[in-house]
Amino acid sequence: DTTRESPSSEWWRGDMALRRLLQGIVLPRTTGRHVGASFSTEAGETIRATLFPGDGIGPEIAESVKQVFNVAGVPIEWEEHYVGTEVDPRTESFLTWESLESVRRNKVGLKGPMATPIGKGHRSLNLTLRKELGLYANVRPCNSLPGYKTRYDDVNLVTIRENTEGEYSGLEHQVVRGVVESLKIITRQASLRVAEYAFHYAKANGRERVSAIHKANIMRKTDGLFLKCCREVAEKYPEITYEEVIIDNCCMTLVKNPGTFDVLVMPNLYGDIISDLCAGLIGGLGLTPSCNIGEGGICLAEAVHGSAPDISGKNLANPTALMLSAVMMLRHLQFNDQADRIHNAILQTIAEGKYRTADLGGKSSTSDYTKAVCDHI
Amino acid sequence: MKLADGLFLESCREIAAKYPSIEYNEIIVDNCCMQLVSRPEQFDVMVTPNLYGNLVANTAAGLVGGTGVMPGGNVGQDHAIFEQGASAGNVGNDNLVEQQKANPVALLLSSAMMLRHLQFPSFADRLETAVKRVIADGKYRTKDLGGTSTTQEVTDAVIANLD
Repeated sequence: DTTRESPSSEWWRGDMALRRLLQGIVLPRTTGRHVGASFSTEAGETIRATLFPGDGIGPEIAESVKQVFNVAGVPIEWEEHYVGTEVDPRTESFLTWESLESVRRNKVGLKGPMATPIGKGHRSLNLTLRKELGLYANVRPCNSLPGYKTRYDDVNLVTIRENTEGEYSGLEHQVVRGVVESLKIITRQASLRVAEYAFHYAKANGRERVSAIHKANIMRKTDGLFLKCCREVAEKYPEITYEEVIIDNCCMTLVKNPGTFDVLVMPNLYGDIISDLCAGLIGGLGLTPSCNIGEGGICLAEAVHGSAPDISGKNLANPTALMLSAVMMLRHLQFNDQADRIHNAILQTIAEGKYRTADLGGKSSTSDYTKAVCDHI
Repeated sequence: MKLADGLFLESCREIAAKYPSIEYNEIIVDNCCMQLVSRPEQFDVMVTPNLYGNLVANTAAGLVGGTGVMPGGNVGQDHAIFEQGASAGNVGNDNLVEQQKANPVALLLSSAMMLRHLQFPSFADRLETAVKRVIADGKYRTKDLGGTSTTQEVTDAVIANLD
């Protein structure tokens, strides 16, 4: 039998709960080992990274990132992959097995916006990536951009969202007509894993406080377990302040006084909502970087905005979100010097206000803005 | 959550069909929160399932000044109970109670809602107008609104402003 045994073969399909149980046995203990995989390079050695330019404005903004990386002298060699036009049966998706293998091999990648193909018989692109690469934490730093005014000036926080379970376990069923049940699954393994990453991230990035966001007063067992796991991890990082904040309070405080938050770690649903809320605080998805952390130290940075087909190919798109995501990728690779230089160049360009794309109220084209960023490096 | 929230949407659509003069649309909750913090003025009435409603109500409360100013009510088949609209942290703490600095606005406005529910619109209007005047004047404001007044001072001001 020459078919590769991939997680998408028939054998795996079936009871999700069973699959999860098996994963718990099969996967190695994740504490410590999966985070901060070291990418040491000898001078002159390049790192290979997978690039998914994506659809719509994707290719244009990916081009901007490549230009900026060249100017900054980042030793990265890109392996480009595109979403295919046919469903690959090995992945049940328009993303081929080869493109996924590329990320697994390189352990690091950058993804542009991908349009969701319509129809049945295949998994959504995001779901495919998440499952196949074991992406378990979605990390979004939200920082107020100097020079781009929103109602909030002092936002400087990071949302870390558990991305594999919780309310999005996909386990729903109809009990009788008009009555539906949806299962929320919280496991010790997934909660510990995301909490470990959150504290590791906080320590590695000089952050002082980690807040676990929950509704354990109502969902005592699920959110209660999540909190228990966070507390366990917190004990190992005594230098980092740990607190627990009820989701209602969190929402209200975010819109009244977002400067009080530092790192937030949350289960899936709250994370989804809060991370988008925070993106709104600083100016929207067009400016927000994001990266997904997977098993074995995989980091897939991505722009979370849409593919904007209406402005695609017109040199109007704002590449900031993808650029900032690429910066996150560099920091993960510990290329901190280049990351800082590129980051500062972007901030300066926006702050100066001379070169801004249309979505930020300016008139510059993608290429002009990109050139301005390059000039500032 | 296709089945659960799907059922909720189906039900909303059924009812919306009976009110053609009222515009009806649907928005995913994460997008909703993002829009709330950037352009809240686009929203009018929002109907949600339980958990999202909690989040959205508290976000909205934060936008307008906090749980101390947002009124609310709970409506059931046979009864209605009115109380402040969002829950986050305004049960208060011992300090607040001791120093008598809690903000009465939320509960005052909730009682105006109750009066409206009982079909006393003129009383409701008078109360609401008085409260709004006091807040607009800015002289008597509790700590959560940036002032130093006590509960009693704000209440007296409202009474003084009643037509």
